[in-house]
Amino acid sequence: MGESEYSFSLTTFSPSGKLVQIEYAFQAVSAGSTALGIKAKNGVVIATEKKLSSLLDPESVKKINYLTHNIGVVYSGIGPDSRVLVDKGRKIAQTYYRTYHETIPVLQIVRELASVMQEFTQSGGVRPFGVSLLIAGFDEQGPQLFQVDPSGSYWGWKASAIGKSMVNAKTFLEKRYSEDIELEDAIHTAILTMKESFEGDMTEHNIEIGIVGADNKFKILTPSEISDYTQEVE
Amino acid sequence: GINAEYGVSQDCLWFLQLSFSHSLPSSKSANMSIMSYNGSAVLAMTGKNCIAIASDTRFGIQHQTLAANFPKVFQMSDKIFLGLTGLFTDIQTFHEKLVFRLNLYKLREERDMKPSVFASLVSTLLYEKRFGPYFVEPIIAGLEGPENKPYICSTDLIGAPLLTSDFVVGGTADEALLGMCESLYKPDMDPETLFETISQCLLASVDRDAFSGWGAVVHIITPEGVSSRKLKVRQD
Repeated sequence: MGESEYSFSLTTFSPSGKLVQIEYAFQAVSAGSTALGIKAKNGVVIATEKKLSSLLDPESVKKINYLTHNIGVVYSGIGPDSRVLVDKGRKIAQTYYRTYHETIPVLQIVRELASVMQEFTQSGGVRPFGVSLLIAGFDEQGPQLFQVDPSGSYWGWKASAIGKSMVNAKTFLEKRYSEDIELEDAIHTAILTMKESFEGDMTEHNIEIGIVGADNKFKILTPSEISDYTQEVE
Repeated sequence: GINAEYGVSQDCLWFLQLSFSHSLPSSKSANMSIMSYNGSAVLAMTGKNCIAIASDTRFGIQHQTLAANFPKVFQMSDKIFLGLTGLFTDIQTFHEKLVFRLNLYKLREERDMKPSVFASLVSTLLYEKRFGPYFVEPIIAGLEGPENKPYICSTDLIGAPLLTSDFVVGGTADEALLGMCESLYKPDMDPETLFETISQCLLASVDRDAFSGWGAVVHIITPEGVSSRKLKVRQD
């Protein structure tokens, strides 16, 4: 940023005390495809819809990504912005491992990513990220699900949704969620919730599901694994 | 005043060339390793569900002893002890750096650091100064995890870790310490026996080393707590 002519922050307060750039970033998130996450008592599931045209190669679109072998992330909003954060997150995780030879706890990577997102609301010549992230992981504290916003705030959820149909999805989740839900049930609930707000036909090719259980391995389900679950739900 | 310059010789030893012309009847010049400028002796041993770590307490500058109450073992947390040998200024600074990092870790992660993680941190911090190192050779000792498994580790001045299950040694008396430990060590000693053994190893070794001694302190760490004892040693 040193050589940039913008040494002032582009995110400045309005008279009412709002940071309008961040508000607009939230709009960008709400316009993105829905993503949701559910924390079960023995794992976490995150899911999102892939907006595909018939000409798109579905396997080339990856919205759920690994941050570490046991932490995954899904986003809602501007895809390329999420790519930058995923890359930064992976670097953060590896730096932690190099120093401590221990995998980074979920909360720590969330803190650092949130700190990055906050930096972009208070630095010269940059704009806030146009994504909200749902980070799912399993560590010594058990299963965890966190949301990080363009403002840099983060908080833990038992179940949540972001993006276009977040309101409907959250209402649906509120009714169906219970604290002692098992991971398998959570996956079914996630599929049902996605179905509620899906425009058109939901198949195993136009949704993505990622799960992490007590085995500490984050796994992105293959289309055939997804279709097994969707068939169970029908 | 003291003029000092140090350089690297072919076999990668660090040398300190000194000449001082004050406070002494004759000016002396010494060509010696920077790691023996102050002199120290530290060792750590594992026992049955316990560990022991001990050091001498001499504070000296070359041949001159200035104090007999400078221990080189620091308690970093309930279950982690750190022994540091080498140049005293670096012992103090490096210890402070580690306290800094450990405190931040505790505040951010809301948990205690495991001894193995602490050892990794020590290694990383030392390697960061690979081409201008801290002249310290740390020894880490602790009880690891919920089962309180004994853990000991030492590293060289640029962070290469040495992970053993029996004992680790360091300082100007290191070779004597190794010999004593090799003879007297037995696995799975109980805390009292461990105390006797580590004390004998330390005393016999520092008595043969001009740069260490002048007092000794031994810490025995068990899951129940820490007991520290000062040993009565030859004051020379």
